[in-house]
Amino acid sequence: MIAETGLAALWLAAMLAGAQLVFAWMAVARGAEPAQRLIRPIAVAQGVLTCGAMALLILLFLRSDMSVYLVAANSHSLKPLLYKFAGAWGNHEGSMLLWVAVISASGAAVALFERGLDKRTHYATLGAQAAISLGFYAFLLLASNPFARLNPPVEDGQGLNPLLQDPGLAFHPPTLYLGYVGLSVAFSFAVGALLTREVNARFAKAVRPWVLAAWILLTFGITAGSYWAYYELGWGGWWFWDPVENASLMPWLAATALFHSASVLAARDALRAWTVMLAVIAFAMSMVGTFLVRSGILTSVHAFAVDPTRGTFILALLGLYIGGALALFALRVHTVNEGARFEPVSREAMLVLNNLLLCVILALVLIGTLYPLLTEMMGVRVSVGPPYFNAVIGPLTIALMAVLVVGPLLRWRKDDPKAMVRRTTPAMIAAALALIAVIALSAGAIGWLSALGFAAAAAVALASLLPLWKRNLLRTPLYTWGMVVAHLGCAVSLAGMASESAFSQERLAAARPGEKFELAGYTVAFDHVLPIAGPNWTAMEATLTVSRNGRVIGTAKPQSRFFADPPTPTNESVQMTRLGGQLYLVLGDQLEAGRWQLRIWWKPFVTFIWAGGGLIALGGALALIGRIRRERRHKAAPKPARERFA
Amino acid sequence: MKRSLILWIPLAGYLIFLLVASLGLNREQQTVIESRMIGKPMPGIDLPAASTLSPALSTKQMADGKPRLLNIFASWCVPCAAEAPQLTQLAQRGVRIDAVAIRDAQKDVDAFLKRYGNPYQRIGLDARSTLQFYLGSSGVPETFVVDGKGIIRYQHIGYIGPQDLDTIMTKLREAES
Amino acid sequence: MRRLLPLMLVCAAPAFAQTALPPAPYADRQLEDPAQEAKATALMHTIRCLTCQSQSIADSNASMASDMRSEIRERIKRGEEPEHIRAWLIERYGDWISYKPTAEPILWPLWAAPALLLGAGGVLAWKRIRHKRKGSA
Repeated sequence: MIAETGLAALWLAAMLAGAQLVFAWMAVARGAEPAQRLIRPIAVAQGVLTCGAMALLILLFLRSDMSVYLVAANSHSLKPLLYKFAGAWGNHEGSMLLWVAVISASGAAVALFERGLDKRTHYATLGAQAAISLGFYAFLLLASNPFARLNPPVEDGQGLNPLLQDPGLAFHPPTLYLGYVGLSVAFSFAVGALLTREVNARFAKAVRPWVLAAWILLTFGITAGSYWAYYELGWGGWWFWDPVENASLMPWLAATALFHSASVLAARDALRAWTVMLAVIAFAMSMVGTFLVRSGILTSVHAFAVDPTRGTFILALLGLYIGGALALFALRVHTVNEGARFEPVSREAMLVLNNLLLCVILALVLIGTLYPLLTEMMGVRVSVGPPYFNAVIGPLTIALMAVLVVGPLLRWRKDDPKAMVRRTTPAMIAAALALIAVIALSAGAIGWLSALGFAAAAAVALASLLPLWKRNLLRTPLYTWGMVVAHLGCAVSLAGMASESAFSQERLAAARPGEKFELAGYTVAFDHVLPIAGPNWTAMEATLTVSRNGRVIGTAKPQSRFFADPPTPTNESVQMTRLGGQLYLVLGDQLEAGRWQLRIWWKPFVTFIWAGGGLIALGGALALIGRIRRERRHKAAPKPARERFA
Repeated sequence: MKRSLILWIPLAGYLIFLLVASLGLNREQQTVIESRMIGKPMPGIDLPAASTLSPALSTKQMADGKPRLLNIFASWCVPCAAEAPQLTQLAQRGVRIDAVAIRDAQKDVDAFLKRYGNPYQRIGLDARSTLQFYLGSSGVPETFVVDGKGIIRYQHIGYIGPQDLDTIMTKLREAES
Repeated sequence: MRRLLPLMLVCAAPAFAQTALPPAPYADRQLEDPAQEAKATALMHTIRCLTCQSQSIADSNASMASDMRSEIRERIKRGEEPEHIRAWLIERYGDWISYKPTAEPILWPLWAAPALLLGAGGVLAWKRIRHKRKGSA
């Protein structure tokens, strides 16, 4: 019964979404009174129904109901509880249901909590939201029903893939989905505002929390994914410019540009058309990302969750929504007037530059990812990989950081070029000192990109703190703190990247137990290798004693592990985090004559990469909380206070 | 007028993406990397014997006027065992087959040949994929058709099934002329 | 990070046996000369693995990748230039093998893209700002 109830709830929700779309049209186009009253309750009911359906699916997984196809195919009664729970969305159908549930839940939230927007735009936004949901309902109900029954039911589910049982994998995809959905809400706002021609600061303020929330989740998801790849793959790499990674990076880039330009629109009522455009691009990128991952169009290695018919469906939705929105943009945008003016030396101008660079980076990632597909159609197979992306995106990132140094130190609308030079001088000095220091430290043997990376990191670190200079820190608004922390995070992350690429050291060895290896001042003694068994794996485990200056600082036990069902070997690497970096230890294959392959890396300050990512997400969270609190206070005491960006 | 044209650029760019994506979606996915050595002379390399049952292989002596197959296999490779009957059938039809065993050990190759039959005239051992790199070959099993002048004429990637025999025979006949 | 799973399934050495032998001598052993090793490492990071097609041979567990690492190190040791080795591989496997896009005409648009995008975007942004300035004056 549970499965049937879930399915019924989904159909009902789909019908409500249809009604919501019709009523929204009536409310906006004709100003129909009854329709206006009905829209918001319908949106809320829709959210409740889909969340209920999702809860029912989770219940089916928890109860290991093997009469449901999805459960039988993706779960097992002996699976640990956490993975039964996460198993509900660890597959195509379940993840689409999660997607729909989150979309309609956020639709309900928009209906309930949005107060600042004018009524008609609000209805139009909910209408756009319903239109998006409808497409996904169709996808879910017609092409990927999560509640399909299996007749006859099976005894138990299919074998559990031990590799899927990683907390990272259980929660990484939903984090990204949530981010994507947040961008879909921003898209709905943009379409709503275009329809009612109300692209203004109120629109920007309404859209900003959603973009920020989505951006925080994407930042977190990308950071976690990168760290996961770093420790799981066992070769010390942390970013590979793989199509799936690029698919998650592109929406993030667009969202970053979007909330910066939305901030300009909210604070200064400038960049109206551009902000709307970015909202469309951001959602387009999250759909493109989903499409690239799900359709398997680019890499044959992603052998599962890949299905061309699903790809076609997503592509059709993509074409409909984004194509429609871009056409609407082209037709309507001339009715949006330009907004407030600003000078070339002003914070607005720097934010325009920020947006320009982010969009160029985004376009290059997209082009680089799709280019092999393009040439393949012309009969030439090429690869576009790290050498290309690093070469073109590296310098652009440095330029972006330079803008980041200057931007927050400028006034709105118009600033004095001399004052700009004066205020940025400390940061320039920091950059120069850092440049000299790393060149001296590496005796000149450092790539220019890494060297500039260090310089930019130093400048950004200093400049990011300057907005706090001579300010009462307790009375500084939370969103200013958010900006400071996030920008500082950029510096930290960049420093980690530069340090990892410039100063990593590597030691590969065919090691015999008893031997010792020196790397970066650490001595790694290879004591012995012993077989060891876990619940569903066996492994050879090495014992490595690590010491520095004759003092033992720890023991590492990397494993060469073998899972029995399905037969899967993995390298369980060990990272020893020290103050100045990480020692990365891997036990490889067995070689002849009692030797083992041992891989040791010293990666100075590598953890900064993800710590910086964490800071960026934290900064976003502070900004979000700060904004929401401020809105609340405004509602309590509605004084027309002029908004400041920082 | 000019400004309104600019506004349609995003849509145009987007339509290009849709076109590429939909064409890409409906194309036949190619996962194998074809060798660029077709039409070029066989690289000459001396390989030691991979087995006690067949002599060693030197790819320098392939220009002896008659076409042959060069089969790349390994005792640890499952599809190689599956294509053995087809190779035996080819050998019975009089096709000359030389082979290269990749990253293999002599006793393993011997056991493999005893179990699945030995259609090979000569078997070289390629312990470090060297010949594979020279050939532009990307895996096992693969089979090359080499003509009487020592020119590589055709590459068959993957296992040779019963349905592939006709193609192989045709390519061998073409290599004869 | 869905991609990791199939990678590990395909590329892991022992399960789907890809060899009956221990790895080649320089597969996971550094060259004695650090300058040569640096050259070899840089090259290896830009050569695509034939077995697990979305990794470089420097990050791959596949046997063929370790053989190729050894081949590259040995050639560097003999004094061959990295770009010569890359050309040698491209001659056999096509441009696909190199993660670094080559200078083939079909790749010109890719290399031109950064300049074109920056130029077009810069002109557009500058026009808007200047236009506004005039308007306010």
